[in-house]
Amino acid sequence: MPDATFKIFRGDSNSGELIEYKVPIAPGMVVLDALHYIQAHDAPDLAVRWNCKAGKCGSCSAEVNGHPRLTCKTRLDALPVDEPITVQPMKSFPVLKDLVTDVSWNYRVNKKIPPFTPRSNVEWKMDQREVDRVQEFRKCIECFLCQNVCHVLRDHDKKEQFGGPRFFVRVAGLEMHPLDSLNRSELLKDELGIGYCNITKCCTEVCPEDIHITDNAIIPLKERVVDDFYDPVRWFLRKLSGKKRT
Amino acid sequence: MTEKYETHEHDVLIIGAGGAGLRAAIEALAQGASVGVVCKSLLGKAHTVMAEGGIAAAMANVDADDDWRTHFRDTMRGGKFLNNWRMAQLHAQEAPERVRELEQWGALFDRTADGNILQRAFGGHTFKRLCHVGDRTGLEMIRTLQDRGVHLGIDVYMECAITRLLKDGEHVAGAFGYWRENGRFVVFKAKSIVIATGGIGKAWRITSNSWEYTGDGMALAYDAGAELMDMEFVQFHPTGMVWPPGVQGILVTEAVRGEGGVLRNKDGERFMERYDPERVDLSTRDVVARAIYTEAKEGRGTEHGGAYLDISHKPAEYVKKKLPSMYHQFRELADVDITKGPMEVGPTCHYMMGGIRVDAETAQANVPGMFAAGEAAAGLHGANRLGGNSLSDLLVFGRRAGQAAAEYAKQTGTPNIDDAQVEEATREMLEPFERRDGDSPYDVHRDLQETMQNYVGIFRSEEDLKQGLSEIQGLKDRAGRVHVDGSRLFNPGWHLARDLKSLLTVSEAVALSALERKESRGAHSRIDFPQYDKQWSKLNNIILRDGDAMRLRHAPIAEMPSDLRAILEEKK
Repeated sequence: MPDATFKIFRGDSNSGELIEYKVPIAPGMVVLDALHYIQAHDAPDLAVRWNCKAGKCGSCSAEVNGHPRLTCKTRLDALPVDEPITVQPMKSFPVLKDLVTDVSWNYRVNKKIPPFTPRSNVEWKMDQREVDRVQEFRKCIECFLCQNVCHVLRDHDKKEQFGGPRFFVRVAGLEMHPLDSLNRSELLKDELGIGYCNITKCCTEVCPEDIHITDNAIIPLKERVVDDFYDPVRWFLRKLSGKKRT
Repeated sequence: MTEKYETHEHDVLIIGAGGAGLRAAIEALAQGASVGVVCKSLLGKAHTVMAEGGIAAAMANVDADDDWRTHFRDTMRGGKFLNNWRMAQLHAQEAPERVRELEQWGALFDRTADGNILQRAFGGHTFKRLCHVGDRTGLEMIRTLQDRGVHLGIDVYMECAITRLLKDGEHVAGAFGYWRENGRFVVFKAKSIVIATGGIGKAWRITSNSWEYTGDGMALAYDAGAELMDMEFVQFHPTGMVWPPGVQGILVTEAVRGEGGVLRNKDGERFMERYDPERVDLSTRDVVARAIYTEAKEGRGTEHGGAYLDISHKPAEYVKKKLPSMYHQFRELADVDITKGPMEVGPTCHYMMGGIRVDAETAQANVPGMFAAGEAAAGLHGANRLGGNSLSDLLVFGRRAGQAAAEYAKQTGTPNIDDAQVEEATREMLEPFERRDGDSPYDVHRDLQETMQNYVGIFRSEEDLKQGLSEIQGLKDRAGRVHVDGSRLFNPGWHLARDLKSLLTVSEAVALSALERKESRGAHSRIDFPQYDKQWSKLNNIILRDGDAMRLRHAPIAEMPSDLRAILEEKK
C-alpha cells in the first residue's frame, strides 16, 4: 500500500505550523491510527487526546481537512489520500499543544446546570417511550464537536453569554426526564443564552451520535422559554401565583 | 534542588475517576470529608464509559426467582471459588440498592413493560440480571456519577498523572504527580487515599483497553508496600474485533450473545455446543475465549483468525435498538452490517481480576490509609469475572472504600511529607530528558506488548512464562534508559516513559504468579497443568516488594461460613 501524507498542526498557544509526515496506509485505517504511527516513529511528543478508539468516549476530536471529526472514526479510505490530509485542533477552543485544546470551559458551564432533582414521593416507574426521548440526549459522549462548530462560539466567541449545543442537550435530558421536578427556563434564557442560537443546525450535522440536537433539544427548549417568559397570559398567571412554572 | 511545585490538601484523595473513584468520592463527601479526585484524562473519559452490556444486580424485575443468593453463587462459580467470599456476598447483597441509587441520581435505564428497570441475560448469570441502557450502560453510569459528584462539590484535577505515593512513616500521606498540560509537578497531601485506577490491559498487544490502563495504581501501591493478589488472573474477553488491523481488540459486547447472538466457526458449526453444552454461547468468558482461540488454532477459524458472531437472525430494528453502538462500530469501522451478516471476533485482553489486596468490608489495603476499589483491587472476581459484575463492583466497593477512607481520615492527623521523597520523585521524572541515547519509550512498549501477548497470554506453559519473565527483565533495563524528546508540555512520549515502569511491574507480577500456579483455573490456563488442583483451590498468590526484588508468597483462603457454603451447594 502507498503512503499517505499528513499535515499536522504542531505548536502551542503562542505559535505553530503544519508539519508534514508520511504514514503507510493499512486496510481500514483511521486518522487516529495515523497519529499513533507518527508518535511511535517520527514525533514522540505529538500531543493527541484519545481513549476508547471506538467512538464511545469523545476524546479524539479534531478538524480533518477542515471538517470537525472524531479521528477514531475517520477512515482514510473516505479521504482523498492522493493529496495531503490536514489535521488541526478544534478551532473554538484555545490550543494547549498540537491537537490538544483547552476544553475546561465546557466543564465550567456544566456546573451551572442544576442536576436531576426528582419529585418528592415519586414512584420509580417509567414508560420506555418516555425514556426513549431522553435517552437520545443521554447518548452524548461530550466530544464537543457541536460546541466547536456553533457560530455563536466559533465566530463570535460568546462563551460568557452562551452555553452551546452540548449543554442544551444536557438540559433537555433533565427537563424531559419524566420524574424531574425543576424548571430550568430561566437558566436557559439568562445564563445559557439560548436566544443566541439561530438554529442553523451545524451542531446536528457534526454530532457523531446522531443526536437531533436542534430539532429535539434546542427547539423544544426555546419553546419552553418563550412559553415561560414571553407568553403574556402565563407571565400574568406566574406573577399572580408566584410559581416559577405555569 | 527541588523545583517549585504546587500543593493541594484533602482529607481523602482519590486516584482515578471511573465508576469506582467517582462513587468513592461521592460517599467520602457524604461523610463530610474534603475530597480531591485526580485523573489522567478528562473527566468522563475513564474506561467505565466504554462498558456496554450492563450492571449485574439481583433486582428480580424480569426473573422473579432471582435473589442475592443466586447472584452470589453465580459469582463464586464464575470465579472458580477463588473469590473472596465475603466480597462476593456483599456485592450480591448491595448491588440492587446501588443501582436504585443511580436511578435516583438521574440515570435512565431501559424499562420493562410495567415500568421497572429492564434486565438482560449474560454469560454465567442464572437469571436475566443485567440492568442496562442499550449497549452504552457505562456511559450512563459515568455521566450520572460525574454530574452527581461535581454538583456535590468534589474537586477534580483533570489530566493530572500521579507518579508516586508519598508516605509519612508507615502511613500514606499523599501523592506526587504532574499536570499533563504543562508538565509542572504537584503534590497532594491527604490523610487517606483511594486507588481506583483500573486495569493493566495495555501490557498486551491485543486489548480492549485505552492508553490509560497501564497498571499504575497497582504499581504505585506495590512500591508503597501494598500486597497484590491473584495477578495471574487476566481476563481475555472472547469477543474483540479482529479486522481491520487498526480496530483489533476493540470490544464487542457480550450483550450481542445476551440478546441471542450465536458463535460459529468457518464451517458454520455452533462450536460452543462442544465446549459447554449446557450454557453454549452464554458460557463464562474464560471458556468462550479458550474455545474461540482453540477453533482458530485448529484451523476452523475465520479468514482473520477468529470466529463468527451472528445476530442477523433478529429483526434489524431490534438489533439497532438494543445494540446501537455495535451496529455503528461495525458499519463505520469494519464495513459490516450486523443486521445482515456476522461479525468476526476473537479474544482480547480486557480485565484484571487481580490487583491490590484489600479487606472485604472496608477496601483497605495492608498499608495504613490506603484503600482500593474497582478493577485496581482484587478479590471479588476470583479466577474469572462474570460480565456485568464489574459495574456493580465499582458501585458497591467504590462506596465502601469512600466511606472507610473518610472515616479513616477523621481519625488521622495531617500527615507530614518530607522533601526527600518529593526530590526523588522529581528526579525520576526529569531523568529521561537528560539522556542522549537509549530507546524510545514507544519501542519498549511495543516489545513488552509482544512479550505478554506471546508468552503470558490465554494458554500458558512453564517454558513460555520463563521466557516472558526473562524478557521482562531485559525490558526493565531498557525502560530505565529510555530517552524523551521535546518539552514537558503535554508530551505523550514522556508520559509513556513513566507508564512503562508501572506496566513492567504488573507484567512481572502476572508472569510470576502464573508460573507459580501449577494448575488451570478460570482465566489461568496452563497447557502443562490442564486440570484443577485441590491444593490450589485454597490458595491465593500474593506479590509484595522486598527491597528491589519482587517476592511471591501463598496465602490461605479463609474458611467459608456454613450458611454461605450451603448456598453454593443448592442446586439451581
